[in-house]
Amino acid sequence: MWLELLILQDSEAPLMSLDLLESTKAAPPRDNGELVFYEPWQARAFGLAADLVDGGHFTWDEFREHLIEAIAAAETTAERSDATEPWDYYRCWLSALEQAVTEGDLLAPQTLTTRAEQYAARPAGHDH
Amino acid sequence: MGDEHTHGHHHDHHDASSPEIRVEALEDLLIEKGLADPERIDATIRRFEHDIGPMVGAQLVAQAWTDSGLRQRLLADADAVVAAMGLRGPEIEHVEVKANAPGIHNVVVCTLCSCYPWALLGLPPNWYKSPEYRARVVREPRAVLAEMGLELDADTEVRIWDSSSETRFLVMPERPAGTEGWPAERLAELVTRDSMIGVARAADPAGQ
Repeated sequence: MWLELLILQDSEAPLMSLDLLESTKAAPPRDNGELVFYEPWQARAFGLAADLVDGGHFTWDEFREHLIEAIAAAETTAERSDATEPWDYYRCWLSALEQAVTEGDLLAPQTLTTRAEQYAARPAGHDH
Repeated sequence: MGDEHTHGHHHDHHDASSPEIRVEALEDLLIEKGLADPERIDATIRRFEHDIGPMVGAQLVAQAWTDSGLRQRLLADADAVVAAMGLRGPEIEHVEVKANAPGIHNVVVCTLCSCYPWALLGLPPNWYKSPEYRARVVREPRAVLAEMGLELDADTEVRIWDSSSETRFLVMPERPAGTEGWPAERLAELVTRDSMIGVARAADPAGQ
């Protein structure tokens, strides 16, 4: 389960008031050379979920239930011999986010699909 | 997340089911409805990329190595220690610290998804979230640990802790020999992320 993101309520407030942390503040939290996010969309999907939880639109517990379902479904799919997509954690995350958003009536599924189709139809070079 | 990535995406073509397009559509719609805020999202991403990481947990472990009272309190009631230290943040609502000892080795997993003490360790590494690790470390922990470079004695007991919605775990690795008299700040450099998940020992002080 994810705790309510206290830190997100005031992005300028220090996350940790532990004095000893000051000395390590500069150390990158990504040892072993591993990035936190590999693609920009993964970071956006993560930040968006956190923002909606922080705004009280759904809880991390609710989100986690969707994530568990999405992961279980993706694993079943990835094990099939005709699987075309490899396992991808953040695709599961995004699927859980879409579920949480539509089940919470924040957006209608068709609204999302329509907008995605509009964006996909843009000429190349005009993403954003 | 580098600029090169961002630029690359402007030239790729994505269809309506691609995650890039879905996330962009989702975010824009929610912003238009006033339900999400792009600057807050930016701030969250920056925080997780730069400010939150395993150095927090490492400091906690290193302090416990040098303070037996703190060690006892941490093992008995980590929540109280975390609260007393003013550590706040996501995913540490209830944390239990499991100490390795001669003959006992602890390993953390989340079999169902990716539960992890974010505020102490940052976001989990990719392998922690992989179906292979989540399934296999429970079934054949010694083999998985050996593949990750950690050979355990045959008579060492391996304890697997499955993170859940209620509890996240942090492993306190054994303090390496040859570090007598080291201050906590120096010791913390030996406490790697992997050692706090339980898939490695603390780093060798000779290598520091």
